[in-house]
Amino acid sequence: MATARLDATFAALADPTRRAILARLTLGDASVTDLAKPFAMSQPAISKHLKVLERAGLVSRGRDAQKRPCRLEAAPLAEADGWLDAYRGFWEESYERLDGVLAKMKADEKKRARPKRHGDRR
Amino acid sequence: MTRTATSPLQITTPSDREVAMTRVFDAPRRLVFEAWTRPDLVKRWLGVRGGWSLAVCEIDLEVGGRYRYVWQGPQGQEMGMGGVFKEIMPPERLVVTEKFDESWYPGEAINTTVLTEHAGKTTMTLTMRYASKEARDAVLATPMATGMSESFDTLAGVLATLA
Repeated sequence: MATARLDATFAALADPTRRAILARLTLGDASVTDLAKPFAMSQPAISKHLKVLERAGLVSRGRDAQKRPCRLEAAPLAEADGWLDAYRGFWEESYERLDGVLAKMKADEKKRARPKRHGDRR
Repeated sequence: MTRTATSPLQITTPSDREVAMTRVFDAPRRLVFEAWTRPDLVKRWLGVRGGWSLAVCEIDLEVGGRYRYVWQGPQGQEMGMGGVFKEIMPPERLVVTEKFDESWYPGEAINTTVLTEHAGKTTMTLTMRYASKEARDAVLATPMATGMSESFDTLAGVLATLA
């Protein structure tokens, strides 16, 4: 893992606005105008944040001269231990536990049903 | 730290105000419905991770009835939320409102759970509709920030072993 690149990644991630921009880009490519909308910030201010993200290799810009849509570049983030998955992680871990709860419920039900199959009905 | 690449959980954004999750469970839907609505069962799985437990879980399962969850963290932190049951159709449909005590997004969310069953397996679709696009985006963005600090710790550990 290239340390310099990791430093750049983490420096870029240290700002809440930039993290929010990346969060938005996980949903799909977006123009600077789209990205600026949720923030009480000017487009030039957002562009500055985008430059930092671009330098860190986290975001690339499309060729379309007018819109130049921003795209999330996943590779450096994968190196940073996949923190983008935190939202997903909450639910994934919950559901994995739910799998266990359901397996136990099914087993308990079988246990209760078994005597019946042997004609032990009450 | 390794995570399986093929995740059975799908997260999509069907509209500006929504987040939808789809997941298949290897159980009939009446059991999945029970696991979502019986406090003793909910306490065993919902948000139980990384030292957090669901300390309070109260469910008044009737239309207009309230539910209340309070999670407790490893350092005694608390996070509470609750809401009201709008629709209850066992074992296929559940609609509830959702609001966190210290909410980081404006307004109330409406969560609709739909369960369909095929060959003994249940497909669950949970759609969370927020008051605005901004609220929805805040929900998606914020847990990332908290998750990141944990990842920093993990990574710091890894780097220490390399040094």
